[in-house]
Amino acid sequence: MKDENRTNLEPVDRERRTFIGAAAGVGASMVAPGVILHAVEAAPRATSVSSDVRWGLAIDTAKCAEGCSACIDACDRENGLDLQTKPKPLSESKWDQQKAVWIRKVKLQDNQTGRITNLPMMCQHCEDPPCVDVCPTGASFKRADGIVMVDRHLCIGCRYCMMACPYKARSFIHEALEGQLTSVPRGKGCVESCNLCVDRRDYGEESTACADACAAEGHNAIVFGDLKDPESPISQLLKALPTRQIREDLELNTGVRYAGV
Amino acid sequence: MMKRIVYREWRIPPARFWGILGILASVIGIGTLSFGYMEHQGHWVTGMNNAVVWGLPHVFAVFLVIAASGALNIASIGTVFRKPIYKPLGRLSGLLAVALLMGGLLILVTDLGRPERLIVAITSYNFSSIFAWNIFLYTGFMAIVIAYLWTMADRQGGPFNRPVGILALFWRLALTTGTGSIFGFLVAREAYSAAILGPMFVILSFAYGLAVFLLVLMFAFAEEGRVIGPKILRRLKNLLALFVAGALYFMLIYHLTNLYAAKHDDFESWLLLHGGIYTFAFWVGSILIGGLLPLWILYHPEKGKNCNWVAAAAALVIVGGLSTMYVVIIGSQAYPMPLFPGQTILESGFGDGVGGRAASYWPSIPELLLGLGGVAVGLLITAVGVRVLQFLPESLADDVVPVDEETLGEAAFAKPA
Amino acid sequence: MAKAALKASLFLGLMWALVAQVVLADEVKRYVVEGSRAAELDACVEPTERMRRMHFEFIKHQRTLTVHEGIRGSKYSLAGCVDCHISYNAEHEPQPINRPDQFCGACHAYAAVDLNCFDCHASVPNRPESSPEARAAHAAAGVGQPGHLAHAHPGGGER
Repeated sequence: MKDENRTNLEPVDRERRTFIGAAAGVGASMVAPGVILHAVEAAPRATSVSSDVRWGLAIDTAKCAEGCSACIDACDRENGLDLQTKPKPLSESKWDQQKAVWIRKVKLQDNQTGRITNLPMMCQHCEDPPCVDVCPTGASFKRADGIVMVDRHLCIGCRYCMMACPYKARSFIHEALEGQLTSVPRGKGCVESCNLCVDRRDYGEESTACADACAAEGHNAIVFGDLKDPESPISQLLKALPTRQIREDLELNTGVRYAGV
Repeated sequence: MMKRIVYREWRIPPARFWGILGILASVIGIGTLSFGYMEHQGHWVTGMNNAVVWGLPHVFAVFLVIAASGALNIASIGTVFRKPIYKPLGRLSGLLAVALLMGGLLILVTDLGRPERLIVAITSYNFSSIFAWNIFLYTGFMAIVIAYLWTMADRQGGPFNRPVGILALFWRLALTTGTGSIFGFLVAREAYSAAILGPMFVILSFAYGLAVFLLVLMFAFAEEGRVIGPKILRRLKNLLALFVAGALYFMLIYHLTNLYAAKHDDFESWLLLHGGIYTFAFWVGSILIGGLLPLWILYHPEKGKNCNWVAAAAALVIVGGLSTMYVVIIGSQAYPMPLFPGQTILESGFGDGVGGRAASYWPSIPELLLGLGGVAVGLLITAVGVRVLQFLPESLADDVVPVDEETLGEAAFAKPA
Repeated sequence: MAKAALKASLFLGLMWALVAQVVLADEVKRYVVEGSRAAELDACVEPTERMRRMHFEFIKHQRTLTVHEGIRGSKYSLAGCVDCHISYNAEHEPQPINRPDQFCGACHAYAAVDLNCFDCHASVPNRPESSPEARAAHAAAGVGQPGHLAHAHPGGGER
């Protein structure tokens, strides 16, 4: 199921992939699982996340190329969103509105000047997230490191957070899923959205899938980092470039900032 | 002289009663099947999507919830505001309040993405969420109204009648304001960021609750040949007209304030002029069918005295109420969110209102059946309630209903009730 | 008096529960599937008896820590259960663990306890090559030694 969707893997990827299957499954009988994981530098987090960091994104819309969808493709692959399949009886146009989208490209034109802007939109990881305020069960929450996400064990699928989100950043899973990724459990009837590649955070990785993909394309429009560290590239960038939050009027202090909008 | 009010069970022929129950039960059954279908398949079988996340079930549910609190009005007027003429209607009013609320809540619950996790909603609270508060408001309302019914029906409860009635009145106001606030606190959506939404829901609830109450009362009485005298009919229809006029006034103020606040101009011109189905539902549904037409009937010198016409007016108010809910709940979701003021969205991977276009939503059959199922639950509870317990007064003929202050001049010798 | 009675009945109840568990444990068939890594081990991350009774508590506690506190790689992770208890068919394809003939599915069917972890969680070890865990596993085993691939099974994500 999953491999059918991913037949376009490069040969190298394929080989690595088979290897992973072995490493995670039978092959791992050679080494105990704990040993495997602790043997590498990027060890999984053993202590609670702290508010000493606040993760965020800085997006330079001047560098965001029209027609490029590298960030979206990377996000889809990272989080298994490319495994979504349209239920057969459903029309394409309806499916477009019902499938889960964590990151999307938006193309804008200024009404006065006609200037065109391209930018990616995703969960803005507000400091005071409206989705967290309204969630009746506390499933929608903000992690200490500033990531706004959904605890799918608590989500009852009431969709009030989607009503409250000013950025339309959240998706409801409308259909039953199978073949989910180990790292991104997701299922029918819950709400989800961008979580800044939370498992990458917990395994000490440098960046998010979208930022990596954008850099790999040579655009470097998306910069990920710690907003609280004045030395981090993102803080430096925000110091240098005039940026703003979308819907500044709501004073949500978003973790995602845009230059050139 | 005033007679003692006698309450009696609903004694229509068993065949007739079971027939009515059978019809309601089959509607509930079909609603249950729709629920099973939606839950098994997932919400893709509904018209809902990531832009319009609350669809037709919420229209029915919110209507029923606010109609429930409105239905309690009659009892409140009787006990809290001491209008004895409404006293005989108090029990039915309380019963309807509980029954409609049950119906509405069932719809809300069955439309959840994970209804089997209801236990999570009951055990894990987020107190900053108005939704979580509403869970308390709803369950508390039911408990209070049941206690209220007891004070009305049991001799021992008599002394508590008024205090409990006052508590119920405040609780129902909180409940409707809370329901309105579910929408009112959504700063993100243009249509909702208006403080007037809370009070507007209260006045809407008066109208819808009374309309449902009137229809149920007239149906139950007509089935069994009980009498509704012209005196009480006049009072009830005048009250309905007053509430409908009030609702119209609040809607006018709501849209005027939106027009006055320049940033809502776009939304208003969309809704009032270019909103397609929503514009139609607003003008024809809410204003004409739910407002002007019933007002015309109720204030008509001839028709306003005719039972059938009054019933028709009440039905129109209900139809108008549903379309008002449709406009308020769905229309404001369909209207694109103002993400980039001064800019036009040319392309988007997630339907952000490209070129200012509204999101599409068309209700599916299962959603409609689910909503109707909830209505049937409310009616079934009511039907069984009036059948087995003494909820309905034996007669509402002019010489039976208590004297009220309007006619006090003529009956100055009557003892206060 | 009443208190003593309560204590006595509590004690008896506890004793009964313990005895029942032991008897049950003897009767209960072993659900660990032959050919899985778990079959080669003496015990799970806790003694078998404890796991039988407590595994859900462990997982539930862990899930809160992982989702809210970001703590990963603990010994009670659900992905760990799957990794160790998964079995493979003749074609070296992993068999979904919630299937009625597999470890989780079989026991839950026996105990008639609803198992819905795998509505959302992967029921087979299934990590995309880009995931951090996978990269961690790579690094540990030493990438670039294709000799290891000789007996590998294709497609970790197959269901």
